[in-house]
Amino acid sequence: MTNLLFHIGQYFLLLKRAFSRPEKFRIYRIRFVNEIHSIGITSLGIVSLMSVFMGAVIALQTASNMESPLLPAYTVGFTTRQSIILEFSPTIIALILAGKGGSNIASEIGTMKVTEQIDALEIMGVNSASFLILPKIMAGVFIFPFLIMISMFLGVFGGWLICASTGVVNTNDYIYGIQYDFRTFHVSYALLKTVVFAFIITTISSYFGYFSKGSALEVGRSSTQAVVYSSVFILLLNYIITQLILI
Amino acid sequence: MIEVKNLNKSFGDEHVLKDISVLFEEGKVNMIIGQSGSGKSVFTKCVVGLHKPDTGEVLYEGKNFLEMDIDEKTEIRTNIGMLFQASALFDSMTVEENIMFPLTMFTNKSKAEMLTRANECLDRVNLKGVNKAYPAEISGGMQKRIAIARAIAMKPKFLFCDEPNSGLDPQTAIVIDNLIRDLTYEMNITTVVITHDMNSVIEIGDNIMFIYKGEKWWEGSKEDILRTDNKEIGDFVYASEFMKTLRNKLA
Repeated sequence: MTNLLFHIGQYFLLLKRAFSRPEKFRIYRIRFVNEIHSIGITSLGIVSLMSVFMGAVIALQTASNMESPLLPAYTVGFTTRQSIILEFSPTIIALILAGKGGSNIASEIGTMKVTEQIDALEIMGVNSASFLILPKIMAGVFIFPFLIMISMFLGVFGGWLICASTGVVNTNDYIYGIQYDFRTFHVSYALLKTVVFAFIITTISSYFGYFSKGSALEVGRSSTQAVVYSSVFILLLNYIITQLILI
Repeated sequence: MIEVKNLNKSFGDEHVLKDISVLFEEGKVNMIIGQSGSGKSVFTKCVVGLHKPDTGEVLYEGKNFLEMDIDEKTEIRTNIGMLFQASALFDSMTVEENIMFPLTMFTNKSKAEMLTRANECLDRVNLKGVNKAYPAEISGGMQKRIAIARAIAMKPKFLFCDEPNSGLDPQTAIVIDNLIRDLTYEMNITTVVITHDMNSVIEIGDNIMFIYKGEKWWEGSKEDILRTDNKEIGDFVYASEFMKTLRNKLA
């Protein structure tokens, strides 16, 4: 328990340092753009691939489980859209990004820690927490919603692709389904979750990287811990946000 | 000039630094020697502000670093250059960007001015044609020289070197030693070198402090260290057969 409180305290102290006044905004702007590329753009491939296949599998499974003739055919499109927008894109993609981006952040900062590059920054008078972590948080919070919107589109597209190619549901029914009872609030809810998850992934991964000690083995361990804790907090907060907003 | 007064530092129950006081003089190579685990690195980290001492004072030109606010500390830190044991160059930056980094962060120089300064620093450490290389693409000796170039880019008043020769062959080690000594005299800076290497001590040391089990055990010049009859220093200095032979010859 004491250990947990220690880590929570240390996490918030690190955030306080990370959000303190940057030395030079111009440098941070450049780092912000670089981080958008590193955290966001490089994840586009895996996000796209996952989304298309997720959408396709949801559509197929929905179609294969619809035994009652009373259920309209457009249910497949409707279910695919709702599953993708409400849960699969924001949450599952966030878990994927925690694995890819989170481990990348933790290992990058962790390696800088154990090779004394962070000490070098501190001795120069640079606030290392702010210099290294703040651009990652800002970049994550900025770019993840775009990734999730792309994921939503590709997920629904993947569903249509499999329906059209296998003929389990015709295109008109699928299109009608994805338009049926569409609420923009659901997209807002998904994007709100995404922003929270982006913050969780970037800050928790940075925390574990920043407090790495010792050797390459420790950096690897920090990277694993970053992914595990980010995933746990994503699932926990997913439940809390859903309970607060949707129920 | 850096003056350290009654510095104490503990980690949990372990009292790592015990009431250390020392004066590091300007324009001289001040060396800190001692066995592994004796507290040299912790001491240096306390002096440069990476660790907070439990008690004591660290005076940079008479001003207590530990009582300064964040802006004053930043001001002092822009006057500190540090050479780390593993060089600590930024992996993601080229050699040129590494040297220009402190200038980018703390000056308003144009890119052309910063490039000129980076090239001056590279010339001073006798390196050419590596501007666009990444740290991983160059040798350990070159990395050390680039780390020195980065450390002097801001024309510091204080230079700290943490085991500058570790992992280097004897010839390259002498090049690095000579560079540290020459820069100290040329720029009239206060240099503090932590080392295990007795060759370095004999080659460039002006003032030497020996730390033993967290205490300042001995202080003197390189001439004194070869003649002292202090047992702990004798065990450290004359650990190798070569140094034992040298001692017998001196005797």
